[in-house]
Amino acid sequence: MTQPFLSIQNVQKNFGTVKAVSGVNLDIYENEFFALLGASGSGKTTLLRMLAGFEQLNGGDVQLEGTSIAHLPPNQRPVNLMFQSYALFPHMTVAQNIAYGLEMDKLPKVQIKDSVDEILQVIQLGHLAKRKPDQLSGGQRQRVALARALVKRPKVLLLDEPLSALDKKLRSEMQLELKRLQAEFGITFIIVTHDQEEALVMADRIAIMKDGGLLQVGTPHEIYEAPKTRFAADFIGVMNFLPVNKDGDDFVMTNGGSIKATSTNASFLGTAVAAIRPERLAIGDAGDNTVSGVISAIAYHGLDLLLHIKTDATDTPIIARMTADVMEVHKPIEGQQITVSWSAKNTHILPT
Amino acid sequence: MVERKTFRLMLLILGVVFAFLYIPISVLVGLSFNEGGLPTAWTGFSFKWYGALLENDNILRAAGNTLVVAIFSTVFSTLLGTLLAIGVEIRQRNGKWLETVIFAPMIIPDIVLAISLLSFFSLLGVKMGLHTIIVSHVVFNLAFVCAVVRARLKSFDWSIIDASSDLGASTFITLYRVVIPVLIPAILAGGLLAFTLSVDEFIIAFFTSGAGRASITLPMQIFAMIRFGVTPEINALATIVMSVSVIALALSQRLNKGGLPGQ
Repeated sequence: MTQPFLSIQNVQKNFGTVKAVSGVNLDIYENEFFALLGASGSGKTTLLRMLAGFEQLNGGDVQLEGTSIAHLPPNQRPVNLMFQSYALFPHMTVAQNIAYGLEMDKLPKVQIKDSVDEILQVIQLGHLAKRKPDQLSGGQRQRVALARALVKRPKVLLLDEPLSALDKKLRSEMQLELKRLQAEFGITFIIVTHDQEEALVMADRIAIMKDGGLLQVGTPHEIYEAPKTRFAADFIGVMNFLPVNKDGDDFVMTNGGSIKATSTNASFLGTAVAAIRPERLAIGDAGDNTVSGVISAIAYHGLDLLLHIKTDATDTPIIARMTADVMEVHKPIEGQQITVSWSAKNTHILPT
Repeated sequence: MVERKTFRLMLLILGVVFAFLYIPISVLVGLSFNEGGLPTAWTGFSFKWYGALLENDNILRAAGNTLVVAIFSTVFSTLLGTLLAIGVEIRQRNGKWLETVIFAPMIIPDIVLAISLLSFFSLLGVKMGLHTIIVSHVVFNLAFVCAVVRARLKSFDWSIIDASSDLGASTFITLYRVVIPVLIPAILAGGLLAFTLSVDEFIIAFFTSGAGRASITLPMQIFAMIRFGVTPEINALATIVMSVSVIALALSQRLNKGGLPGQ
């Protein structure tokens, strides 16, 4: 593997007696789009603010290209932060907001003007250069905040929930836009988000955070298809959990049926859960593992539909995701007896 | 929709209230232009009482004193009040307790404040004069400026300070280019309010001006003159003082309401 660009080493942060971030080790590579994903209170924003320099470390080190930046104040780090509230200067125009950071670098006026004009083109807001922030829509403000941080061409751009204030449609547009800008500028992006879909769509790698620590780090595909813990499996997407007991090399469900799995997180004893994604279930008994039950509810989503199946394998209904054409072939109705199956390679045995 | 009859009644009440508030003032302003000088008869329009003011050395000196007191107390209280407001809003801890302490000079009766300050200066053995009036005015103006600036700070987005620092600005540049420009309407509004309050303040100035005529302010001069009856000269003087106050107050309100074009 190549040399890490940003190296977070055993970083600690306490607020009073609360450990906001405890012993995080993370290497981020150059030109990577990295997502810190977690619920509120998981320490993700605190970690981001430590990278920006707004929180002092209680322990550990942060190195950028091999040099420690842990004790540099925010205004001396080659790192910029895009704030969740955007934090635009209300008394300055769009162009003045964007130019501010370049003025702090004491660049020549002509160069500042060129850079501002150029980035206004990139974010397609050239015609609004003379507007004040309160004359812009939420989406436009978001672009200005991004441009203001990006125009300084930092080594690392930190983004704190950059899309959380936008409506759903604009959000999915901006997800791709952010990816495009990241590729175009060739800057390492670290984004903080609580939205798992956002992380899956945008990031090259994701770190799931919980209680101030890292739960799992991997590509979106690894995180989604091979969760290492029950929390990670539950946090990303929808997951069915069937309680199982270990019996030799096999696993036995509470209803007596056995389960085959090719991937097991073997470092545990006794009880565990078998985790299966809803879209891996198929109607019928063609797969390696089978469970039967009664359809308790059908949730139609247009693109797909979710069958809720009450079984004796677990207390909560199993959710099976079907495409719309399955509806036409099988015509499932509530109360109907149904058997679903799935393959061993899509079964993840996780500690409870 | 209010019934027509009720609406008329409401208009009438409104009229009476406004009449109650403004007729005495209109009478004063009107009489200041009365040539004859007697409050009982209108003899013609004239600026002569305003002219007379310019020849009265006592009044000119008092006006000068008032201006000095108002300007200095405004500058000091605006500076200190703004810093106090920022400090209080940043350190939210012990907020309630601090709030009470800061608001106290606004609520304590002027006469109490006046006696306290007099005793304080006497205790320290300070020779009293314009400087002690200035210090005394700063005491209560500070609270007013602080209140006005704090009101603006309630809607202040503190993350712009972090943003400024993140973009490479030092603390000083952040203060100069971000914090002060955003707060300037409130700071000016507070300053104008302080100026107004200082111009027509009587009791505290009276107690802390020391003996002699040297540090008499306008309200004190008017008080001294009024013992010999309300002359048209006083009416003219009062009209001028009122105009200055009204203009300053109107400006202050406008600044504070309109805020920045960007707010």
